[in-house]
Amino acid sequence: MYLKSLVFLCMASWMVSAQQSFSGIVRYQEGQVLRPLEGVNIYWSGTTIGTTTNEEGHFSIPPSEDTNQLVFSYIGFETDTLIIQSDEVIHQLMRPKNEDDLDEVVVSKRRKSVQKSYFETQNIVTVSSDELLKAACCNLAESFETNPSIDVNFNDALTGVKQVQMIGLASPYLMISEENIPMVRGASQVYGLSFTPGTWVESMQITKGAGSVVNGFESMTGQINTELKKPLTSEKLFLNLFRSLNGRSELNLHTKTDLSPKLSTNLFVHLNQRSQKNDRNNDDFLDTPLSDQWNVLNRWQYIDAQKGFVSFLNLRLMGDQKQLGSVDFDPDLHKNTTDFWGSEIITNRLDASFKLGYVNPMIPYESIGFQLAHSRHDQDSYFGLRTYDINHQSWYGSLLFNSIINNTKHKFKTGLNLAYDAYDEQVLTDSYNRIDRSVGGYFEYTYDSLEKLSGSLGVRYDHHNQLGGFVTPRMHLRYKFSDLTTLRFSVGSGRKTANVFSENQKLFASSRTIELPNVSDSRFGLLPERSWNYGFSVVKGFDLWKMPSSLTLDLFRTEFVNQVVVDWETPNAIRFYNLEGDSFANSLQLGFDSELASDLNLRLAYKYYDVQLDYESGRKQKPLQPEHRFFANLGYVSSKWRLDGTYQYTGSMRVPATGDHPNGQQTQSFGLINAQITYIPTPKLEFYVGAENAADFRQVDPIVSVDDPFGTSFDTTQVYAPVEGSMTYVGMRYNF
Amino acid sequence: MTLPFLGMAQDQPSKSQSDAFEVYGNCNMCKSRIEKAALNVNGVKYASWDIPSGNLKLIYNARKIHIDSVQAAVAVSGHDTRDFKADSLVYNELPFCCQYVRKGEKAKDGQMTKH
Repeated sequence: MYLKSLVFLCMASWMVSAQQSFSGIVRYQEGQVLRPLEGVNIYWSGTTIGTTTNEEGHFSIPPSEDTNQLVFSYIGFETDTLIIQSDEVIHQLMRPKNEDDLDEVVVSKRRKSVQKSYFETQNIVTVSSDELLKAACCNLAESFETNPSIDVNFNDALTGVKQVQMIGLASPYLMISEENIPMVRGASQVYGLSFTPGTWVESMQITKGAGSVVNGFESMTGQINTELKKPLTSEKLFLNLFRSLNGRSELNLHTKTDLSPKLSTNLFVHLNQRSQKNDRNNDDFLDTPLSDQWNVLNRWQYIDAQKGFVSFLNLRLMGDQKQLGSVDFDPDLHKNTTDFWGSEIITNRLDASFKLGYVNPMIPYESIGFQLAHSRHDQDSYFGLRTYDINHQSWYGSLLFNSIINNTKHKFKTGLNLAYDAYDEQVLTDSYNRIDRSVGGYFEYTYDSLEKLSGSLGVRYDHHNQLGGFVTPRMHLRYKFSDLTTLRFSVGSGRKTANVFSENQKLFASSRTIELPNVSDSRFGLLPERSWNYGFSVVKGFDLWKMPSSLTLDLFRTEFVNQVVVDWETPNAIRFYNLEGDSFANSLQLGFDSELASDLNLRLAYKYYDVQLDYESGRKQKPLQPEHRFFANLGYVSSKWRLDGTYQYTGSMRVPATGDHPNGQQTQSFGLINAQITYIPTPKLEFYVGAENAADFRQVDPIVSVDDPFGTSFDTTQVYAPVEGSMTYVGMRYNF
Repeated sequence: MTLPFLGMAQDQPSKSQSDAFEVYGNCNMCKSRIEKAALNVNGVKYASWDIPSGNLKLIYNARKIHIDSVQAAVAVSGHDTRDFKADSLVYNELPFCCQYVRKGEKAKDGQMTKH
């Protein structure tokens, strides 16, 4: 992991010596077999030069000028000191501590897959790859189903795309980044999460509320950052196959090669296909799209621990095709006709990024980093007779410097960001082009008293060609009442330019006319969006009848100073206009987590949302936003089995007026159940079976005027519940 | 650029001197206590204590302080170090889970060890 390589850097030798590093392998005996031991501490006696073994038990350590005594230590085993006299590969066998000897008590606790932190200053929850295994499937958009903080909604009745929401606001207001490079935005706002396969992800960091100034000004209500698997710690060879009963197949293949102790590369290939036509509600429209995707990631990692350099080079390529709409639609015959309503969305993407980091081995608290990323997104699509094409090219550069003032209680980060986005859109019969450019600098100071209080204060100044020059402040405070009670407070502002078409693409799959304030302006007369976010949270850990538990309360409020109102209130039209009045989102989340037994975990959460804004027709609750949500998850993990069950309750929602409900609707509340069983016969092999939406709850008649798709009332956008119905699936994972 | 290790002759003390010594302790709470005690010594820039090995890595301004002043500060907080011993009164006030096996002593029945 990245952290291990940083630890390695921190402990590297200062001496540039002709002597090569020493390397070796550390093992222990289990019955008749020798197994590698990961995480063994190895250091030259009396020095700061040290390292740890990786999951294969391998290590490499630079030489020491002062001693030839090499210490091996690991909890539960006898610490050994070896005298190294040659440069042969070192084979070390660790001996377990004598059971009669009561010196060591090994208390092992499997790390919880969702770690809430009592220590972090910001409200960040880390989700590990173990948690991602619980999700049925398959890509990032589907990885949040067992996470209580993220609400997953259904975007529309046709594409099957899921939309992610946090504290009451949806993804355009969240910053979704990959390894701290803003990723799902602009053209990829709607489908972007489905372009990252779940098996590529090493971990995710979910921040509620205004995040850090380091990543830019666009995170208005939160941030989801994904870390992908790194070449050094990737699986040597991994295969994952998935198949659902309703025709979805997925394949993931990972390989990696260590070209030298410093250079590693990996190659991840992902293929998926949906080839079965499903129309269970018999409305003659496909419930799930027909689709094909190929997706490739190639990463290169270079680490020079002695000099303190780490570098990554990534290249991703993807092609995705979807066909939606009428069951009888055949693109070759019916495209551009009114015989059958159909749609195709063809996307190609290229992402390239480069990262270079330097940590002075003598000064581990000082580091400098550089990132450069380029992406191209090309989408050609049509929905019935409506065309929407978008080409989005983007450049992102960032320079970051990390250091301390006096000691590590006072840390600071400072740096520069550059961003360039060029959009070229074809909307129905009109072409629109625009460019967003920004340059900004930031400074963030973090104070950690090492006792109760810690906090960070950050400020950015950016100059954007559309937003002008502006300041973005962000502040976080953490107060630890005790070791098990933590309070957090945050406040910050955020801004973005609205990309009305790419962020609301579902509008094309309807006959709604598009109304904008000023079509001849390059920004359509729409002002930039700006908001303030305030957050307060408490985490309290306690033992409930000897079961370690915690209670969490999160309160957040987002207030918009300017917002581009997306008004669906009038059937047959979608209107975009600048906010005049108020728009806010208040959210409350009450969570309870408990470790019922060492292998059994329970998570419960209740969420309350009050999201309202002033439309031209008056103040209303945001449509398709429930006031109440409830989440429950029970998980069992042992060495041979993993069982997981989730229940999600969604309360009643307001649906605006549509052709078949001229006064709008208030939906019924409903619950969804997901369950999964994984069997692990050997540590390298897993089989899993499960069902998503096991109770087969579906929205009745999700498509308005489905019999007259070329008429004026056709609408597939007002969807609040699953259209797909239950999905039963099987899969396997093999780690060679 | 060559930099000195412990106990070797040096031309000019470094402002970012790197050094390490063993500190006795058990757990994460001990880690916080040890690192805090070290960082509170004016001149110490960085302190990191590793639980399994007991190794406390330090970076400090060798022109301002001597490493023994850091050892002493850590010992005052209740943790035995390579060259210093903590006051028994302070040790006895530590939370039960932190009462490590003292330097030169054997583990007692029911005593907690590293975790």
